[in-house]
Amino acid sequence: MRKFRPFDWRHNPGFGTFTALTILFLYAPLVVLVVYAFNANRLVTIWSGFSLKWFVQAVNDGNIRLAAETSLIVAGCATVCATTFAIAAALAFERGWNFLGRGIAVGVVMIPLVVPEIVVAVTTLIFFSMLDMRIGMLNLVIAHTVFCIPFAMLPMQGRLRSMGTACEDAARDLYGSEWRIFRRITLPLMAPGIVAGAILAFVSSLDDFLISFMVSGAGSTTLPVYVYGMMRQGVTPEVNAVSTILLLISAGLAVLVFLLSRPSAVSRTAGAPASAVPSS
Amino acid sequence: MNVADAVMLSVSGDRTLPEPAPKPLIEISDVEKIFGGGEIRALSDINIAINECEFFTLLGPSGCGKTTLLRMIAGFEHPSSGNIMLAGKDVLSLPPRARSVNMVFQNYALFPHLSVAQNIAFGLEMLNWSKFEISERVAEVLALVRLESFRSRKPAQLSGGQQQRVALARALAPRPQVLLLDEPLSALDLKLRKEMQFELKQLQRETGVTFVLVTHDQEEALAMSDRLVVMSAGRVQQLGTPQEIYGKPANRFVADFIGEANLIPGGLLGRRRDVTLSIRPERIEIATVSSFVKLYGVLKAATFLGADTLMEIEAGGIVVRARLRGAQMAAPGSEIGLCWPDDAEWELRE
Ligand SMILES: Nc1ncnc2c1ncn2[C@@H]1O[C@H](COP(=O)(O)OP(=O)(O)O)[C@@H](O)[C@H]1O
Ligand SMILES: [Mg+2]
Repeated sequence: MRKFRPFDWRHNPGFGTFTALTILFLYAPLVVLVVYAFNANRLVTIWSGFSLKWFVQAVNDGNIRLAAETSLIVAGCATVCATTFAIAAALAFERGWNFLGRGIAVGVVMIPLVVPEIVVAVTTLIFFSMLDMRIGMLNLVIAHTVFCIPFAMLPMQGRLRSMGTACEDAARDLYGSEWRIFRRITLPLMAPGIVAGAILAFVSSLDDFLISFMVSGAGSTTLPVYVYGMMRQGVTPEVNAVSTILLLISAGLAVLVFLLSRPSAVSRTAGAPASAVPSS
Repeated sequence: MNVADAVMLSVSGDRTLPEPAPKPLIEISDVEKIFGGGEIRALSDINIAINECEFFTLLGPSGCGKTTLLRMIAGFEHPSSGNIMLAGKDVLSLPPRARSVNMVFQNYALFPHLSVAQNIAFGLEMLNWSKFEISERVAEVLALVRLESFRSRKPAQLSGGQQQRVALARALAPRPQVLLLDEPLSALDLKLRKEMQFELKQLQRETGVTFVLVTHDQEEALAMSDRLVVMSAGRVQQLGTPQEIYGKPANRFVADFIGEANLIPGGLLGRRRDVTLSIRPERIEIATVSSFVKLYGVLKAATFLGADTLMEIEAGGIVVRARLRGAQMAAPGSEIGLCWPDDAEWELRE
C-alpha cells in the first residue's frame, strides 16, 4: 500500500532531468574554464596534463598585477564610499520621516539597477569629459561608488525593515539621544546588513567591465578590462587562470553574503560593543 | 516614653491622620487620536486621572486603542487634541527620553546584542550615571527580579518568563515615576502567567512605582488592579475599582465584557420594558419554594465543571446561565424556577 504524500514538485516526472540540464547549462562553461586553467598545454582546447604554471605566470605578470591592484583599490574605495552613502540612504528610507517624494528618491537611488549598464557607462563617460575631469583612478572610484550604492543599500534596507523599530523605541524610552541610539543599538543590529551590502558592493565593483572600460584611462586599467585586452590577442590559459581567481573571490564573497543574511545570523554576528558594565 | 504611650501615639496618629487624598500623577484630559488623515479614529474623549503608587489597568478588546494611549503617555504618539500632564507638568512637548516614564514593550524589545546586565544598564548609561552607581543599581534590580545568575547571558539564551523579567528590570532600573506595561503577560503560558501576575503585583507594592498595565484579559485586570478603565472602540466605558466594575457595570458592554453576565430584559420580570438587568451567573439559584421564584424556565443543558455546574435555562426567549455549586441533579427538559437575592440585580442604563 502506498503511503499518502503531500504534493511536492520534486516528485514530478522529469523534474530531476530538467534540474540537471539547467545546472549543466549554467555551470558547464565555468567548469570548463576552471579545468583548463590547470591545463599544461599552451593551446586552450587541448588537454595535456595538470599544471599550475599559468597561475604562476599570471601572478608574476607585472601588468596583471598592476591591473589587479587597481581593481582592488577601486573596489575598496568604492565600497567604503558606497556603504557610507547606503547606510545614510537606508536609514532615511526606513526610519526617516515619510517625506514627499520619498518614492522618487528611492527610484533615483535604484536607477543603476534597472537602466542598461551601457547607458550608465556612456553617460558617466560623457559627464566626465564635459567637466574635463581626468583624474585617473579617482574617476573610476566615483563611477563605481554611484552604481554600487543600490547594491549596498538593498540588504541594509531589508535588515532595517525586518529588525523593526521596537529596540530603537525601547532605547528612546530609556533616555537615549538619537546619536547614542544609532551607535549603541541601530548600528550593531544592522551590522549583518551592512557587511552583506559592503560585500555585494565590492563584488559588483570588482566584476564591473562596461563602466570601467569606458571610464578608465591609461594607467588605471582594472582587471576585467585588462583581461578583455588579453583576449583580443587570443585566449591563453593565463586568461583562464586570472578568471578562475576572480571567480573564486566572487563566489566566496557571495557565499559569505548568503551566510550573513540568514535569519539565524542575527544573534551571532551582531557584535556587542565593549562591555559597559564593570563585571563585579 | 514607654511602649504603651508609643502604641497610643501611633494609634491616635493613625486615627487623626486623614486618608491621604490620592494625588493624580498622570492626567489625561479630552484626548483624541486620529490616524491616517482622519480615517481611523483610535481614541476619543479620553479623560483619565491615574494616582501615585497606583496599579492602574487599561482593559479592552483588541483594537480599542489601549496601546495607542499607552504610547502617548510614553511619548511615542502625539494626541490629535487634548492634553497629558505628568506630575503636574504638561509633557506633550517632551520626547520620550525627557519623560521619567519607562515601558515594558509587548514583545519585550530587549537588545539582542547586549547581555542581561548591559540591557539593564542601558538606561542608566544614557542618564550618565557613574560606573559605580550603575553596577550597584544593576545588581539591585537583578536581585529584585531574581535573575542574579543570568547577568551575562544574552536575551536569546533566556526563557520567555526570564526575558519578561529582564524587560521589567530594565524599565525599573532608572527609577521611573511610572512604569507602562503593554500586554506583558500575553506571550506566556497560563501557569507562568498566573505566577507573573502575582510577581508584578508584589513588585508594584515593593517599589511603590505607579504601574499602568494594558491587557485584554479581564481576569488579569480584576486580579491585579487598584483601579481600571474599561475601553471599547476608543472610548472609556467605565472607570473604577474592580469591585465597582464587576458589581455595577455601567452599560451592556461592560457587563458582557467583565466576567459573565445574564442580560435580562426588564419586561420579563414585570419591570419597566426599557431597562435591562444584569445578573451574574453565580448569584442565581434554583428556588426551593415557589413563592421565591423570580423567573421560570426550561433547563436546556447542564455542564459539570468540577466545582460548579453550569446550567443553561431558556426563559422567555433568552438563555439564562446559572453557575451552581457542586453537582446538580435536574434533568434537561424539566421546568425550574430561578431566584436570586435582590442585590444581585443591577439595572443597566443604556
Ligand atoms: N500607526 C497607526 N496608523 C494607523 N492606525 C493605527 C496606528 N496605530 C494604531 N492604529 C489603529 O488604532 C486602533 C487602536 O490600535 P491599538 O492602540 O494598537 O489597539 P489595542 O492596543 O487596544 O489592540 C486600531 O484600529 C489600529 O488599527
Ligand atoms: Mg495593543
